[in-house]
Amino acid sequence: MMLTVTDLTRRFGGFTAVSRVSFNLEQGEILGLIGPNGSGKSTTFNMIAGMLRPSEGSIRFQGEEIGGLKPVEICHRGIGRTFQIPRPFRRLSILENVVTAAYFGQREDIPRARAFALAEEALALVGLPTDPAAEVASLGAAGLKKLELARALATQPKLLLADESLGGLDETEMDQAAEMLGRIRRDKGITIIWVEHIMGVLMRVVDRVIVLDHGEKISEGLPREVAADPRVIEIYLGTERIAFGEDGVA
Amino acid sequence: MSEPRAMPLVPLLGVAALAAVPFAGLGNYHLHLLINILIWGFIYTAWSIMGRFGMVSLGHGAFLGVGAYVVTLLWNTAGLTPWIGIPIALVLAMILALVIGYPCFRFRIVGHYFALVTLALGEVVRLTIVALRDRTGGSLGMTVEGVAGGTSLLALQFGERGTFFYVALAAWLFGLWVWRIVDRSMLRYALEAASEDEDASASIGVNVTRAKLAITMLSAAMTALGGALYAQYQLYINPETVSGIGISLQIVFAVIAGGMYVQLGPTVGAVITLLLAETLRVTVGHDVHGLDGTIYGLLLVLFIIYMPQGISGYAVATWKRRRTGPPQAPTPRAVAAR
Repeated sequence: MMLTVTDLTRRFGGFTAVSRVSFNLEQGEILGLIGPNGSGKSTTFNMIAGMLRPSEGSIRFQGEEIGGLKPVEICHRGIGRTFQIPRPFRRLSILENVVTAAYFGQREDIPRARAFALAEEALALVGLPTDPAAEVASLGAAGLKKLELARALATQPKLLLADESLGGLDETEMDQAAEMLGRIRRDKGITIIWVEHIMGVLMRVVDRVIVLDHGEKISEGLPREVAADPRVIEIYLGTERIAFGEDGVA
Repeated sequence: MSEPRAMPLVPLLGVAALAAVPFAGLGNYHLHLLINILIWGFIYTAWSIMGRFGMVSLGHGAFLGVGAYVVTLLWNTAGLTPWIGIPIALVLAMILALVIGYPCFRFRIVGHYFALVTLALGEVVRLTIVALRDRTGGSLGMTVEGVAGGTSLLALQFGERGTFFYVALAAWLFGLWVWRIVDRSMLRYALEAASEDEDASASIGVNVTRAKLAITMLSAAMTALGGALYAQYQLYINPETVSGIGISLQIVFAVIAGGMYVQLGPTVGAVITLLLAETLRVTVGHDVHGLDGTIYGLLLVLFIIYMPQGISGYAVATWKRRRTGPPQAPTPRAVAAR
């Protein structure tokens, strides 16, 4: 088992953002984590990524407890992450952004030349230019998402946490991005947790889906099963009016 | 931010020309100005090595003071040669940087708050020097005990200005060399990243606290070395000139004016501030108190508004535009805007 989350809980004062959420993740799997705004998926994500300390419960990664570790340590253990809103380093070039991740992202020190090679590989994988002079300022929304992904991949993760990677993209770009996550899993064997609130594209790529609502896990299973779950339909069509694909925006 | 690639010949010729200066028949006054430019150029470079990453210290006078006073006290009271005194002072400056830096970086005190903490540090060192007046002479300052004949390698004192010129030149070149090493290191990538977004940096494995501590301790040690050299050259120090708010702010002004993102920027800053101070001294004299401060303040405002990268940064940007045409990289914000 790559990741085992057990009774994960996070409270902010009197408010419980995530309540006793448990799930497993197999090596090589793509898991979709969905739910409407405020359902606790980002909180869950941030606890795994080390940005938030769990109030209760455990997160075991490759057999070791990682709950409460700092982001740097989480990264060095082999978990990469992207940010919902891209956070590139604008004073570095595109290549330098990714080289920094490749150089510092692993626990072992690696030679500079190796970091450059890894960075170029990651950029090629997401389809960004490896030209050293290419500036972050030249990227649009889709390009910035790709940069986020390349930077996370350059740290050589075993598990990739992708946070709502498709917000702000048009339909073609969404399809491309979804296809890319599939390719990353296939080519690099990286396990992925994909957090989204748009269900459509995600459903085609993931192996399994977990649905959160009000901090609790309300459904889990194959995409087909989850999409047919009355409670999921209730949340997505009944209350939150978040679309199922076609009319697609949250 | 790398320098535009110049022919390797140009810097070599420049250094050769500088090395020949003492033979050029300059008067003592001009040689004195040059030595000051080199020493302060070195100190400003030391500040910029961390300042360029958004770590604006308003208290580098603290490290200057440690360098100047520790070396002088050890020499005057224990007869310890500066050759041993300087390493001791550098280690003390680095410990001071560690003690103040660690909590700041660990708890993410950045921007204005970091500036305020360092501002306090500079004052603490000045007040400490004043309070220890039995040993340091307090506000009256202290004289470095001279050696017979005025020149002794052991005491690092040179009666001949021309000799000290080479000491200052070596220090200045050393500062530029360190700048270059840092500029080409992976540490620069880590610090550029951390200066923009600490969370994102941490998420890709950058140990932000450690990277910031490393550059701060390096900057502190170099600044302390500058303070020690200043003391060895002037043979007189007082708390106002080597510690406290005044000198700390002068460093920041010079560096903003000269430009902290270019290797030679801080040196340009040293030329500007010293020429300005000398011009004012000669033309207006000491009659109008606070005039230099007022002019510094006014210029600082103008620089931050119109030339946030300083003179050297502006020059490099213009030069690049001429060569490559219109596309322009987003300019780093002014330090003060951070």
